[in-house]
Amino acid sequence: MAVDVQIPALGESVTEGVIVRWLKRDGDSVAVDEALFELETDKASVEIPAPSAGVIAVLTKEGETVHVGDVVARIEPNGAAKAAAPAASTTSAAAPAASAAPATSAAPASAPPPAAPVAATAAPAAAAPLSPAVRRLVEEHELDPTQIASSGKGGRLTKGDVLAHINTAPAAAPPAPPPASAAPAAPVAQVDAARSPTPYPHPGAPIARSDGEAVERVPMTRLRQRIAERLRQAQATAAILTTFNEADMTAVMELRARYKTRFSEVHGVSLGFMSFFARACVTALQDMPLINAQIDGTDIVYHRRVHLGVAVGTERGLVVPIVHDADQRSFADIEREIARLAGLARDNKLGIDDLSGGTFTISNGGVYGSLLSTPILNPPQSAILGMHKIEKRAVVVEDQIVIRPMMYLAVSYDHRLIDGSEAVSFLVKVKERLEEPSRLLLGV
Amino acid sequence: MAASAYDLIVIGSGPGGYIAAIRAAQLGLHVACVEKDSTLGGTCLNIGCIPSKALLESSERYHQASHDFAAHGIQVSGLGLDLAKMMTRKDGIVRALTRGVGSLFKKHKITSVTGMARFSAPDRVEIAGAAPQTLTAQHILIATGSAPVELPMARFDGRRIVSSTEALALPAVPKRLIVIGGGAIGLEMGSVWSRLGAEVLIVEMLDRIAPGMDQQMGTMLLRALQRQGLQFQLGTTLKSAAADADGVTVGLSGPKGASEERGDVLLVAVGRRPFTDGLGLETIGLTLDQRGRIPVDAHYATSVPGVYAIGDVIPGLMLAHKAEDEGVAAAENIAGLPGHVNYDAIPNVVYTAPEFASVGLSEEEAKSRGIAVRIGSFPYTANGRARSIGETEGGVKVIADATTDRVLGIHIVGPHASDVIAEAALAIEFAASSEDIGRTVHAHPTLAEALKEAALAVDGRPLNL
Repeated sequence: MAVDVQIPALGESVTEGVIVRWLKRDGDSVAVDEALFELETDKASVEIPAPSAGVIAVLTKEGETVHVGDVVARIEPNGAAKAAAPAASTTSAAAPAASAAPATSAAPASAPPPAAPVAATAAPAAAAPLSPAVRRLVEEHELDPTQIASSGKGGRLTKGDVLAHINTAPAAAPPAPPPASAAPAAPVAQVDAARSPTPYPHPGAPIARSDGEAVERVPMTRLRQRIAERLRQAQATAAILTTFNEADMTAVMELRARYKTRFSEVHGVSLGFMSFFARACVTALQDMPLINAQIDGTDIVYHRRVHLGVAVGTERGLVVPIVHDADQRSFADIEREIARLAGLARDNKLGIDDLSGGTFTISNGGVYGSLLSTPILNPPQSAILGMHKIEKRAVVVEDQIVIRPMMYLAVSYDHRLIDGSEAVSFLVKVKERLEEPSRLLLGV
Repeated sequence: MAASAYDLIVIGSGPGGYIAAIRAAQLGLHVACVEKDSTLGGTCLNIGCIPSKALLESSERYHQASHDFAAHGIQVSGLGLDLAKMMTRKDGIVRALTRGVGSLFKKHKITSVTGMARFSAPDRVEIAGAAPQTLTAQHILIATGSAPVELPMARFDGRRIVSSTEALALPAVPKRLIVIGGGAIGLEMGSVWSRLGAEVLIVEMLDRIAPGMDQQMGTMLLRALQRQGLQFQLGTTLKSAAADADGVTVGLSGPKGASEERGDVLLVAVGRRPFTDGLGLETIGLTLDQRGRIPVDAHYATSVPGVYAIGDVIPGLMLAHKAEDEGVAAAENIAGLPGHVNYDAIPNVVYTAPEFASVGLSEEEAKSRGIAVRIGSFPYTANGRARSIGETEGGVKVIADATTDRVLGIHIVGPHASDVIAEAALAIEFAASSEDIGRTVHAHPTLAEALKEAALAVDGRPLNL
């Protein structure tokens, strides 16, 4: 009997994803646990393994949005029957989808429901009437009109919407869009392709703006879309305020210089700045649990553990893997975990668990040379620390002007939950512990 | 001097003002509308759109009877012109429609006030006239419209040198009418008197007629009007005008140098200016822009809180339907509702024969904005209905975005273009593509089929050409 390949429960608040690439083709033989396809969700790309061995019948196309529980392929154990692929390409199974959600209590309030998961598979085009040209295009290209972003009056699809969709959708196939074009190029409204006798440009054809300026149009990855959505959500929901301070990094740098070699010999990982910041934050968060808390409806949820998000820039965008139980970890442990997560992020192999459950985030703009910035919250977290570059500056110490390696620190916080005095005190604690690392040892 | 408080006072009862008053009343506001003239309806109903259309229709029928009936196999003898009767008919239409506005006001319980309104405070106007009074309101909407521009070298005398107002009521058909201005008013009034037998010369400063509209289509109209016998001097300016007992002599300066023309009547139709005379805007600190218009924001609010303005007194095209829709939007805004006008979808019509109607961008505008376009055209000679009615001059031009196929502009020279353009405006309002129009079933045989064919021609596939 054929075994269904279902979209598995992917962790908290993830209910859908896009099949970006099939690693197996229709009719291929697959072994148990062999990777079948790459699924990109809001939080990460994951490879989904085969539940059993046999010959695969692929039921869902690349680029399609699928939901937890959807059957996207069948595996025939004896390898013979390929005939009876059912007409419906995806079938929703309600139960697994439901089991995914209640895992954490925080998720429901913070995660917006994904765009109409039911409508995606049910009765296309029934809702809004389509204009004649749109009708022709969606039939010709076998598109689901409910999946196309509309710009017309009352949410109607225009022919231009469909053409833009056709233009951009297949471009998702080449997996790595050149990073340069993914830069914050403003949304391009007018695109112009060399006119062919057909009224629509070929998919993937080079696109030039009519004023002659060359542009390239690439679809936002699901990850980028999710980043955009979450940032906007953060700005819209929280009352974000930022407080600044600066830290004299002399002590940390001396300590690091002195024990660098020894540390890596003993622990097999190099001693970076991150572990100092992580420990400083962890101890300060333990002193001030509100900074590590979050709002859930009208409740305040205090976290007994510190799960520390560490923002990592990758080719696909910023991801924030989580150093779980950072409060239980030593310097070496933290450095090892950060190194492991950064490696996974670079290889695009972060799992859902690596990205879930953060309670506080550290963002290091300093590695890019940022002198000062206002980090934005990572909802539903209530605060984030921004590190910046270390710069030698003239400072006054005991009435003497001296040269010191200084770093500006910023903490953005949700003012709904955290008062200014608390945020400032928290940052002062972090500063003090960085300037006198011995405090970290003693917890004072 | 009684003071009474309204939610809204509308100054002016033209198409902008009276529509705004009705819309506001529909939304539950207590409204007064002040009109300086004894009849309601403003320029449009009294001395503009409506009477000119009445005369255009009458003159067109006379012209057809004398020129075109024979081709239909209709023999006419003893054809005569009763100009007085034609004018009486026109006046009857005006009377019916302006009274209609009065009935609408009654129906909506709008207080109609006759007299000149003058601001004494942002919430207060003094009404001069037979019954002086003071009116107060929370909101005051200025909808005072426009007046013909007078040229310093050709002051209106009401007899030889006239504005459009007098040109609608000439006592006799002039032997030669000289028109300054090749815009809608000049072309329409020139057409009326030309059809009734006058020799008409239209003088236009620019090198084209119907400025602002699609140039190619404007040239198409120019040729059609020239074939009807209208004379044109383009790129020519008026230098002087001297009226005497039996006519008027004008000095012109054109591409071939200075010249002199003589006619019975000189119509100066070079444009209209915002009419804010006597409103006392300086009293409330409302300043005009350099062109005498009242600046407003997107909600038609002026810089003075509580004071709004719409129509010809604010920037934009001076069109009755633009004023009407602004009136609706302003009333809705005043009532706390969202109200907008889509300025990309305002049709513009010149009621010549053939008519010239357009909506959206002209080819020149699209190009100047750097938009790559595809254009489809279809001539009325290939349209069955146009052939049947014997009016095959002109055609339809559809301008679409080269990439999205979205319709950017539609331009029609032809019979009943003013009605066919409604479909075009709807298409633009709904961001239709040319293919959408091409795939919409049009009744056969109709003039609107030419629009469908022109839309198909955007993709190079008209069916009947």
